[in-house]
Amino acid sequence: METTLALMHGFSVALEPSKLLFCLVGVFLGTAVGVLPGIGPALTVALLLPVTFKLDPAGSMIMFAGIYYGGMYGGSTTAILLNAPGESASLATALEGSKMAKAGRGGPALSTAAIGSFVAGTIATFGLAFLAPWLVEIAVKFGPWDYFALMIVAFVTVSATFGDSPLRGLTSLFIGITLGLIGIDKLTGQARLTFGVPDLLNGVEVTTLAVGLFAVGEALYVASRRAHAPEEIIPIKGSLWMTKQDWKRSWAPWLRGTAFGFPIGALPAGGAEVPTFLSYSTERRLCKYPDEFGKGAIEGVAGPEAANNASAAGTLVPLLTLGLPTSATAAIMLAGFQQYGLNPGPLLFAEKPDLVWGLIASLFIANVMLVIINLPLIGIWVRLLAIPQPWLYAGILVFATMGTLAVNASPVELSMLFVFGYLGYLMRRYDYPVAPMVVGLILGPMAEAQLRRALQISLGDPMILLENPISATLLGLAFIALVAPFVMKGLNRFKAAED
Amino acid sequence: MTNQKLTGSADRPALLVGVLLLIVAAFVAYDASQQTITSNYGIGPTAMPYVVCVGLVLLGLAHFFVAFREGLPKPEPADRSALIWIVAGLIGLIACIALGGGFIVAITIVFACTARGFGRRALAVDALIGFVLGLVIFLVFAKLLTLLLPVGPLEHLFL
Repeated sequence: METTLALMHGFSVALEPSKLLFCLVGVFLGTAVGVLPGIGPALTVALLLPVTFKLDPAGSMIMFAGIYYGGMYGGSTTAILLNAPGESASLATALEGSKMAKAGRGGPALSTAAIGSFVAGTIATFGLAFLAPWLVEIAVKFGPWDYFALMIVAFVTVSATFGDSPLRGLTSLFIGITLGLIGIDKLTGQARLTFGVPDLLNGVEVTTLAVGLFAVGEALYVASRRAHAPEEIIPIKGSLWMTKQDWKRSWAPWLRGTAFGFPIGALPAGGAEVPTFLSYSTERRLCKYPDEFGKGAIEGVAGPEAANNASAAGTLVPLLTLGLPTSATAAIMLAGFQQYGLNPGPLLFAEKPDLVWGLIASLFIANVMLVIINLPLIGIWVRLLAIPQPWLYAGILVFATMGTLAVNASPVELSMLFVFGYLGYLMRRYDYPVAPMVVGLILGPMAEAQLRRALQISLGDPMILLENPISATLLGLAFIALVAPFVMKGLNRFKAAED
Repeated sequence: MTNQKLTGSADRPALLVGVLLLIVAAFVAYDASQQTITSNYGIGPTAMPYVVCVGLVLLGLAHFFVAFREGLPKPEPADRSALIWIVAGLIGLIACIALGGGFIVAITIVFACTARGFGRRALAVDALIGFVLGLVIFLVFAKLLTLLLPVGPLEHLFL
C-alpha cells in the first residue's frame, strides 16, 4: 500500500507540465542520438549529460530517464534496419530483425520491438517500484563490509563472467580501478597518481572516460576498417503495422522476455546480454515455425527486445537502492546523479522521496511517450540513419568534444579524451571489453571507501569480511564466479584442443 | 602488426600489453611509496594502490603466459591513412584550445579532418560545415544554456 501511495505521489511530480516537457525532450533526444549507428545507450547518456547541466535535479533526472529509454529504443532501430547493433544487448535483436527487414517486414519488426519494449518496460518498472522499497529495507541493515562484498561481486561478474576472455575483462577492469585511484584521497587528502598535474587532483571524469572509450574509440575503429564492412540501410517496405498473426506470435515472447530480463538485470551481476540470448534461444525452441528462425521470425525480435528493456529497468534496482551500477550505462547515470550531489542508495529514498518516485513515475511516462511518438516518427529516424558516414562520425566527434569542453574546458581534459579514445580503439582491435573499465573507474573508489570504513570499525581486522554472513556469502559467490571460467576452460582442454 | 606466424614465437601484442601492465604497476607502487600522509587508524591511502599494483602484476604475468599460448585475437589490417587523419584532427583540436584559438576553429578542424579520414574528398566544404556547426553549438550553449565554451578571437565577435 505504501508503495502505491508513494508511486501516486511520484506521478503527481512527474505529471507537472514542465516535467512532462523534460521527459519528452529526453525521449526525443535519446532516440535521435541512440538511432545513430555505433551509438548505444551508454554513449547516448554520456553525450547528452552536459545538456542537463543547468536544469534542476528532478527535471534533469526525468530527462535522463527519457534519454535512457529513448537510447535503448533507438538502438533497436539501428539493429533492425542496419544490422549494426550499437551494443551487445542488441545483438540478438539484430539476428532476426535484420532478416525481417530484408524480407520487407521491417515495419512489423520495428513495431514488435517498440510495443514489446513498452510492455516489458512497464512490467519491469512495476517490478522496480515494488522491489525497490523492500530492498531498501534490507539495504539499510547493510554494513560497509556487505557493500564492499557486493561491489566485488559486481566487479567479477561485469568483467570476468560474461566476456569472451576473463583475462581481458579483468585487465580492462583493473585499468579502470587504477584510473579511479587518480586524484585526492577523500579520507585523508593525500594526492595519488597526479604527478603534479593540478587538473588530475579531482580525478578522472567518468563521462570523459566513457565518451573517449565509446565515441572516439568507436570512430577510430570504424575508420580503421572502413574497407571491410560497408553498411547498408534496408528500406522499410510494406505496412508498418503488425498483422493479427504478428500480435498472436508476439505477446508470449514479450512476457517471457520480461521474465528473463528483469530478474537478471536486477541482480548485481547485471548485463543485458545474458537475458537477451536466453530469450532468443528459448523463443527458438518454443516457436511453432522453427524453420522461420534465421530467416526473420518475429518471435526472435519480440523476445530479446523485451528482455533488453526489462533488464534495463532491472539494472535501476541495484543502482537506486544500493548505489551499485552494474552496467556502463548505469555507471554513467550514477555519475550524473553525483553531479547533482545526489548519492543513490537507501538514504536517497528517505531523504528525497519526491525525486526517486518522480523518477520511477517518469519511467512509466517515458515508456508511453516512446510508443506514441516513435512509431509515427519512424520515417525521421530512418532518415537519420542515412547521414553519410563521414559526416556522421565527424558529428559524433564534435559532440564528444563539446561535451568534454562543457564539463571542463581544459587542454588536459581534451588530451585525456583523446588518450582514452586511442586506448578504446586498441582495446576494440584486440577484443578487450571496454565497459568493465568504466565500471572499475566508478566502483573502484567506492569499494575502497567501503573497505576502509569496514576496517576502521573492525580496528583493522580483515576477518570482519568473512565473519558477517552476507558479506561472506557474497565474497564466496564472487570467488566462484571468478574461478569457474578458468576451471571450465581447464576441463575443456582435456576434451579437445581449442585451436 | 608484422606478426609472422612462426612456430614457437611469442605473440607480440600480448607481450607488449604484459610489459605495459607491469610498467603501470611500477608507477602505482612508486607513487604509493612516495606518499607522506598516513592514516592513524584503519588502513591508509596507500593500501589500495598496493592491492591494485599486485593485481596489475598478476595480469601482466598472465599476458606473458597467454603470449606463448594462443596470444591475443589477430586483428584485420588497419587503414592507416584514415587513422592518421582523425588523430591529426584531434591533436589539432587540443592545440587549438591550448593556444586560445577558440571553440569554433577547433570544431572546424575536428569535423574536416574526421570527414577526410572517413574518405570524403571535399576538405573545404567539410570545413565550412564544421565552422557553421561550431558556431551554432557555441551560440546555443552561450545564449540558451549559459555555458561558456572556450573563447578565442572569433568567438568575441558574437558575444
